[in-house]
Amino acid sequence: MPVQVLMPALSPTMTEGKLAKWLKKEGDTVKSGDVLAEIETDKATMEVEAVDEGTLLKILVPEGTENVAVNTPIASIGEEGESADAAPAPAPVAAKPAEAAAPAPAAAPAPVPAQAKSPASDEDRFFKEVKTQTVREALRDAMAEEMRRDETVLLMGEEVAEYQGAYKISQGLLQEFGAKRVIDTPITEHGFAGLAVGAAFGGLRPIVEFMTMNFSMQAIDHIINSAAKTLYMSGGQMGCPIVFRGPNGAAARVGAQHSQCYASWYAHVPGLKVLAPYSAADAKGLLRAAIRDPNPVVFLENEIMYGHSFDVPTDPDFILPIGKAKIERAGTDVTIVAYSICVGHALAAAEKLAAEGISAEVINLRSIRPLDVDTIVESVKKTNRLVSVEESWPFAGIGSEMAAVMMEHAFDYLDAPVVRVCAKDVPLPYAANLEKLALPQPDDVVAAVKSVTYRK
Amino acid sequence: MAVTKRRTTRSAAPEAPTLPSKEELVRYYREMLLIRRFEEKAGQLYGMGLIGGFCHLYIGQEAVVVGIQSCMTPADSVITSYRDHGHMLACGMESKGVMAELTGRAGGYSKGKGGSMHMFSREKKFYGGHGIVAAQVPIGAGLGFAHKYLNDGGFNACYMGDGAINQGQVYETFNMAALWKLPTLFVIENNKYAMGTAQARASAGELFERGSAYGIPGKQVNGMDVLEVRAAAHEAIEYIRAGNGPVILEMQTYRYRGHSMSDPAKYRTKEEVNKMRSESDPIDNLKKLLLEKGYADEESLKIVDREVKDIVTEAADFATTSPEPDPSELWTDVLVEA
Repeated sequence: MPVQVLMPALSPTMTEGKLAKWLKKEGDTVKSGDVLAEIETDKATMEVEAVDEGTLLKILVPEGTENVAVNTPIASIGEEGESADAAPAPAPVAAKPAEAAAPAPAAAPAPVPAQAKSPASDEDRFFKEVKTQTVREALRDAMAEEMRRDETVLLMGEEVAEYQGAYKISQGLLQEFGAKRVIDTPITEHGFAGLAVGAAFGGLRPIVEFMTMNFSMQAIDHIINSAAKTLYMSGGQMGCPIVFRGPNGAAARVGAQHSQCYASWYAHVPGLKVLAPYSAADAKGLLRAAIRDPNPVVFLENEIMYGHSFDVPTDPDFILPIGKAKIERAGTDVTIVAYSICVGHALAAAEKLAAEGISAEVINLRSIRPLDVDTIVESVKKTNRLVSVEESWPFAGIGSEMAAVMMEHAFDYLDAPVVRVCAKDVPLPYAANLEKLALPQPDDVVAAVKSVTYRK
Repeated sequence: MAVTKRRTTRSAAPEAPTLPSKEELVRYYREMLLIRRFEEKAGQLYGMGLIGGFCHLYIGQEAVVVGIQSCMTPADSVITSYRDHGHMLACGMESKGVMAELTGRAGGYSKGKGGSMHMFSREKKFYGGHGIVAAQVPIGAGLGFAHKYLNDGGFNACYMGDGAINQGQVYETFNMAALWKLPTLFVIENNKYAMGTAQARASAGELFERGSAYGIPGKQVNGMDVLEVRAAAHEAIEYIRAGNGPVILEMQTYRYRGHSMSDPAKYRTKEEVNKMRSESDPIDNLKKLLLEKGYADEESLKIVDREVKDIVTEAADFATTSPEPDPSELWTDVLVEA
């Protein structure tokens, strides 16, 4: 009986890829372990190896095909002479135990609804000419542009140079800037974070990439005690211009140790700035600002967002201010504040709510510290309700800070208690259904908004 | 002996380079004495309640920093732990500013906001003053990295204690410093006790050999003798400046006082301390040498003593009369305003 070869996933967050090349042709004998084809994503190129033995009966997806979804049948293998058509058509998703067990990539945020309306703002002038870019490309371009501008900017981290970035953020940087400025480190987060702080004290502007921010916990003493506090302890002498960046929060099915949000950890610390981009334009404009900032900046990216595309201004001077939130969608009934991937959840929720006649204003925080209190408070003065959305845990999270901000600055304007939509207060589980339950979803935001607007 | 790659040596008597000039020797005497008197005064002010918090005195270890500093140029940078007053004075920072920082006054190097463990001088390339044991080690290698990147001809002298040497980040740093041939001199000031824990109770093996797996040459040196320190530093720094990467010097030294002001030092005997003081004191021994060689007489050394005493008295006066920082300083220097 012929078996079908399915388009594999190269990473937990891959949803589709390009079938770059077939290395076997129809009629070839295939042994287990033979390389059948090469597939590409924007992150990597990988070989597809045969698991089953037999004859390659039929190639179902020709080479050069883009956007082949994971689990699409790409070929069939069977006994010579067997009919390829006899191959059963496995329905990979249906074959899963239950609908709830759909892999997390399915839970990726809905794209920004085309009709999302954001009010006019200062940055509109940059958006007259745009190109479509992924968050990944925007981050790379931001670093490349700043490295061209300033010789003292350098990038260091695990796999940033020859491997081109564990998540392919630094693609091409080694080739353009050389090994002096794009530096592969050993797996030694505490050490290289401290070393980079010393380099910053010594007159350089390092960008430190943590493969994920989870590993920054190994280095947190240097981020807080060495980078953030030294300016103060030196009476203003010892600035530390440095960026600590990397993917933060949950990816997909990578378990509790690789799925934590550090926003409130770092935002707690005076002397640090903490940024969390949502879109590719955010990523570009904020990372450029972070690199130019004379202070230590923690830059929280999101792995799932890396492959998402957005409009990015082509203006070479495009940069975003640190400390300013963006109103992504204007509304009148409720204010939803979110950062990073959760801005997408908030926008998706706003769209659903609009269909039910609830007008939600969505604020993309962008900068967590310093926090744009004015924009949030002005919005709540109009809507009288606040829902905060984040992938952090609830206890002492950014949502808790939102509640405190409301107490201090908008108490008299509130018509309902602040509601926090957060990750559940548990280490992130691996099982697909439990992971989905643990992370905030657009429907959780919808429910929270209904509770503060007293709607069923 | 020559510091060659992949060699670690225990050498009590390095080949004597040419003896420093009479003026230089008197300068070392003066610098060590300044540190000694400064620290004694700091101890007094602490006892009077004028200095608060932690205060780690350098008394007994003066030859280490003075010997190494004698081989350095203004292009080179220095970093150390919290036992840092001696290093600052040896770098040429003003006694007044250091003492006023100890008393938490506006005239201190950090405007009173750092304290004993956290002082800096960009001008003198002194980069702290770090309170977390061994945190200065990767930072020091990073300063070395910057020297190399900027090609400014300098290197970093990175001091740590025998307690710091057991922190994991030290080995993360040794690995990178050796891999990237960073111009960093790692100086282990082995004063025999990591707070109350004797070296033998905390450290397996020899400290100067701790870099051998990374190919970092190491050497054990009598850190109570400024000339032996100077000779070893000279050789190590030549090796570093030639682009060969880091060197480790283990300085065998001794602190006469407790770990900090609150330490009664009951983990060692009075006899042990007295023996070090009477037989190995770096200042007494250099004084003896100066007199023997006829480089100085009692009278001229008394003048040095008096000058040093005046500097320290003036520093203490300044430190006790300088105002406390203005309350508005609470909110400054948290961030650099772009």
